[in-house]
Formats: sequence, structure tokens, C-alpha cells
Amino acid sequence: MEFKNLKLSKKTTFVIWVIIIAFIIAAPSILPVFRLNLLGRYLSLAIVALGVDLIWGFTGLLSLGQGIFFALGGYCAAMYLQITSSSEFPNNIPEFFGLYGVDNLPFFWEPFRSSIFSLFAIWVIPALVAGILGFLVFRNRIKGVYFSILTQAALLVFFNFFNGQQKLINGTNGLKTDVTQLFGQMVGSESIQRMFFWITALLVIAAWFFSKWVVKGRFGNILIGIRDDEPRVRFTGYNPVLFKTIIFSIAGGLAGISGALYTVQSGIVSPQFMTVPFSIEMVIWVAVGGRGTLLGAILGAVLINYAKSLVSEALPASWMFIQGGLFILVVTALPEGVLGWLQGEGPRNLLQKLGLKRKIETYPSLEIKNETEGLKNE
Amino acid sequence: MLLDSLFNGVAIGSVLLVAALGLAIVFGLMGVINLAHGELMMLGAYTTYVTQLIFKLPLLKPYYNAYVIVSIFFAFIVSGVVGILLEKTVIRKLYGSPLETLLATWGVSLILQQFVRSVPLAYGTGLVISLIIGLFLPSVFSSKVKESINFKYVKFSSWIFAALAGVLSGNLISSSVSKLSRASARNVDVTAPAWMRGQVEILGTNFPKTRLMIIIITLISVIAITLFLNQSAWGMRIRAVTQNREMSDCLGISTEKVDVLTFGIGSGLAGVAGVAVSLLGSVGPNVGGNYIVGCFMVVVLGGVGNLLGTIFASFGIGIMTDLIGAGRLLSIWPDMPLPLSNTINFFATTSMARVMIFALIVIFLQFKPTGLFPQKGRMVES
Repeated sequence: MEFKNLKLSKKTTFVIWVIIIAFIIAAPSILPVFRLNLLGRYLSLAIVALGVDLIWGFTGLLSLGQGIFFALGGYCAAMYLQITSSSEFPNNIPEFFGLYGVDNLPFFWEPFRSSIFSLFAIWVIPALVAGILGFLVFRNRIKGVYFSILTQAALLVFFNFFNGQQKLINGTNGLKTDVTQLFGQMVGSESIQRMFFWITALLVIAAWFFSKWVVKGRFGNILIGIRDDEPRVRFTGYNPVLFKTIIFSIAGGLAGISGALYTVQSGIVSPQFMTVPFSIEMVIWVAVGGRGTLLGAILGAVLINYAKSLVSEALPASWMFIQGGLFILVVTALPEGVLGWLQGEGPRNLLQKLGLKRKIETYPSLEIKNETEGLKNE
Repeated sequence: MLLDSLFNGVAIGSVLLVAALGLAIVFGLMGVINLAHGELMMLGAYTTYVTQLIFKLPLLKPYYNAYVIVSIFFAFIVSGVVGILLEKTVIRKLYGSPLETLLATWGVSLILQQFVRSVPLAYGTGLVISLIIGLFLPSVFSSKVKESINFKYVKFSSWIFAALAGVLSGNLISSSVSKLSRASARNVDVTAPAWMRGQVEILGTNFPKTRLMIIIITLISVIAITLFLNQSAWGMRIRAVTQNREMSDCLGISTEKVDVLTFGIGSGLAGVAGVAVSLLGSVGPNVGGNYIVGCFMVVVLGGVGNLLGTIFASFGIGIMTDLIGAGRLLSIWPDMPLPLSNTINFFATTSMARVMIFALIVIFLQFKPTGLFPQKGRMVES
């Protein structure tokens, strides 16, 4: 499908940012704790959506397995919290091990006693896994739908692995974080949750700037080149495998951070983070917001999830219909997403159809732009 | 012992094969990723359930034993018609953009899942009946009628007739079969008729009859689809469009009709797979999701657009699943060294076998990225 690179005008970007920042600052005082916590979770999902936008919107790789990296980040955070607050349990190991008669800590838990290691592990481990997985797939020039299918299968594999290993990571029950201790306080307590909200909000903005930096300049141009015509990029002398692996592992790292933040705010990490529907949902947040517009990913993630929680509270059965309809609608009617539609000729076309605006007789960009302005830009 | 293992592998493989067959046709011939394939299977499984209950009515009671056979045809038609509707409304707009198709069909699968949860099956049946009538009634008229200007009125009135028939049959079913008149998200069970229960003894080993039945269904489906593709005129047209769409179009083949037909057959086969799946366990809205990733693995491993590859891949995966998942290597070779046997024990569950098999597939794709039987061509890009 033809897909032009969308650039939001400065004015729109500024307005959206003012709204977002005002909302984040105002949120803790106007929203009740429950809603604030939800908002914090959705903001952390915005980070994984940014990663999806980097690989799908800019590089054209549709990954249906971002849940792997999301959950890995979540597990890293949960393992750190569990192990540092396990001193009162027998053998100094997290409580759940007792249920399965495990006395010795599995070896890979050991490094998580260190907070510095854990802070790095949250994004390095998912990024590494993504890098290895991506390299193996991209090396063989597996792409397009094959890539999507393989990532989905990988997701299922990780799900099965985490789901089945009770003695290593508590299997299907997952790891709880809300009753663990951090800085001498319960992680589930209000003050810590408030702190996580602020951290999440700051990290979303940081992730946005980081993603913007990644897609700016030559690196970003090559990514877009890969999306639009990969053989041409290859024939020009670049190695797409390297670029794809790097961007996929960046997206994996972002997913890991997102998963960790989501875990500490929702109070549990479980293999449910690695189910197939959840990973596909991540794609639809980006699609609705507007692929290729980083802001769109953030807006899409937060708004759709908020809508989801509101709708499912009111009419539990209807959300699946709405979500299904959203998938179909977005790809058939709004391929550029809401932000892309607003930015492109969408509103003008709508006004024309309603008869509120004059029809354009020549090429749209000639008439919409002032001619002298166009010359100035040349 | 070995025969037992082989049979289990073939049984697992044949379920995979019948499920992947439709997918392989749609994916291989049209390049369309249909994530709703699992839900089309689910529709097939629910069709079996509805057929079973209808055959319990006093009028049809004497023929109860035949309901499985009948439901194979019903399931083919139901899933096929839903597939045709899907093609005509959504997928047609998205040819050439496979990733978008993938997302749209996922949306469809969500809607179908919720549909069976929140709509009573009786009215669902009615809706399907009206779809069948609405889609096919206009095509029974002679070509003279079709070419006249008033044909759109004929179409319109046949849809009205279809809607009426659907409402009537829905009401009829819901009043006569009370189990179908309420919506429920709970799983339902299909009980095999008496002649399909129990086991058959071949060469001193007991084989469950349902498994044998599934193998037979698979065999018939594979033979039928091979004959159709290779011997019939429409099969030839489908193959022509697969090889070169533009040229076939130029030579007067209606590619639009070919697309509808291919998608309809692929979806219909999903329905047949649904019948097979319903014989294995309980039927629920999520039944298709359990198979879909396995099916895709089969298609990727077998090489796209190649039925032979699909067959080899599904039996290969089936036999490997049984070998690894049941830890059979250990019983064949009991005194192997300890670290090896520990590893095998670690993977000797169904879910861990999947982990192992995926790893093997990824390793395999490192050597043969296009699958077992790749399509030969001179294109730089696929």
C-alpha cells in the first residue's frame, strides 16, 4: 500500500503536547486513585506502542510478538521486587517456591538481588532477546507476513514456557509485586504508586524524544527506505539486516521498560502478558493513532485503553465487537490513523462531502499551500 | 509400540493437516493471511453441535447416526459462506497489502468470537441460512434475467426473501431446540454417535475410532481438493491466477470469481476441520485459536503454495510432537546417558514440546528459508 511519510506540523504538535502535559500535571489532583493508576498503566503501554511504531510505522515490520519483550521486562522487575523482599520467608527465597518444594534459588534469580543489575536487565534482556530473534529471522530475508507469523509463534512458545515452569517462575500464577517492598514501603501503597505514575509520565516523554531521535537523520531515512523498498536499499549498498536488527532490539528494549512499569502498577506479571490478543492489540493502538507518527502511538495507546476500560465497565460484551470493528475500520477506511487523517486531506475531504468547502480543481497541495509559501520552502 | 507412536503422530498431524489445508490454499494461492481461519473452524465445530441437536428431534431421530457425515457438508457450506461474505466485504479491498489483511481478519475473528458468545445459536443459524439464500439465490436465475436492468430488483427481493427465511428458521429452531435458544459463553460438547465410539484393533494395537474418523476426513479432503485443483476447469483457472494474475485476467478468466471461489473453498475446508476438532474435545469460542498458530507453522514449514509441502510438514510436526511431548525416545532407548534423558524429560509435556518444535522450525528455516518445497521462480522479491 502506498504510504507517505507523515509529518505533523509544528502547530499541531505543540497543541497536542500542551494538552498532554497539562493533563499529566493535572491528573493526580483531579482523578481518583483508581483512575490515576489506570492512567499510569496506559501511559506505560504507550511506551511499548512507541516501539511498535518504530518497527511497524517506520520500518514496515509488523511484529505480533511484542508481548514477549513486554513480559520479559515485567518479569525482570517482578523478580527484583520479589527477591529483595523475601528475607522473612524460609531459605530467604520468594514465598511461592515453598509451594513447589524448591529450596534452592534457581541460578538465574541470583543476579536480581542487585538493584543496578535489575535496572539494566529490565531493558537489556528484552533488547538482547529481540536482537537475537530478529537477527535469526532477518538474516534469511524472512519478512512481511512470514515475519509476523514467526513472531506470533515465538510469542506462543514463550507463553508456553513461562506458563509451564512453576518451579522456576511460578508458572501460570505469575509473580505478584503489590505486596513486595520498595524503599521500605509496600509497592501497592498509594505513595509508591503516585511515584510510579510520575516516573511513567517522564519515561513516556523521554521515550518519545528518544524515538524521535532514532528516526531523525540518516538512520531513520534508511528505516523508511527499508519499509518502502527493501531491495533498493540493499542494492544501494546498505545491509538491511543490521538496521532491522537494531530497530527491532530498540523496540524490544522499549517494550521491556513498558512491561516493567506496567507490572509495578498493575501489581502482577503473569504469562497472560504473552497472549496472542494482547500483542495484536498493541498494533491496533498504533494503527488507530496513526502509524509513522510517534505521537499517534502514544495517543492511540492511552485513548483506546481508556475507552476499553470505560466500555467494558458499562457493557462487557460489546467491547469485542467494538475492537473488532476498529481493526476493520482502521485498515479499510483510515489507513493513516486518526492523526494521519487530521494531518492529511481527511478533514478537507469530509468538509467537501458535506458541501461546506469548495472543491479543489487542481492538485490539492498546490491549492492548499500558498504559492509564495511553497516557493519559500524550495 | 512404534506403531502406536506413529499412529498418534499421524492423528495429531491429520488434525493439523485438515486445519492447515484451507489456510494453505488461501495463503498459497492468494497471498492472504487469514487470522480468522481459526474462527471459521470454530463455526464448523458449532455447526456440528447444532446439527447434532437438530438430529435429536423426533422427526430426524432415526437418522441420528449419520449426523456427523451430514454436518461435514453443513460445516463446509456454513464456513464457506461466511468466508465468501468476508472476502466480498473486507478482504477484496485489501489485496496487495497482506499486513493490513492480517489486522482486518483479526478484527473479524474477534467479532465472530463474540458473536457466538452473545447471539443464541438458533438465530445464528438463521442468519447463516439467510446469508446462503441471499448470496446464492440470484445466481440460479438464467443469464437472460441477470443481464436485464431489473436484476438489481431481483437481487433486492431475494435478500428480503432470505431475511424472512432466516428469521423464520431461526425462530423455528429456537422453539424446537431449547438448548439453542439462549446465548451462552460456555463450552458445549459434541458426542460422537455410537458407531464412532470405542476402539478398533489393528495389528494388536487399539486405535480410537474418532481418531480414525479424523484421519479419513483428512484423507478425503486432501484427495478432493487435489482432484479439484488439478482436474476441474475452475481448478485450472485457480492455478492460472496463482501463477500469473494479469495474464489470466487478459485471457478472460474472471479473477474476481476465482478469488471468491478460492476463499470460499479455503474457508469451507476450515469448517470441515472444525468438525474434526469438535470430535476431539469440547467446543468453545476460543477453539480455533488453539490451532491457528500451528497451522501457520505448517504452511511456513511446508513452503507456500504447495499442498505436498503442507502434507509433509503437518505429519512431520505431528509425529515430532508425539515423539517429544510423550517422551517416547526415552522409552525406546531406556538407558541413555543422564543429561540427555533429563533434557528429554524437561520437554516431555505438550506445551514444552511446542517450545522444542518451534526451536527446530526456526533452525530449519535457517537452512531452508522458503520451507520444504519452495516455489521456484525468478523473482527478486516474493
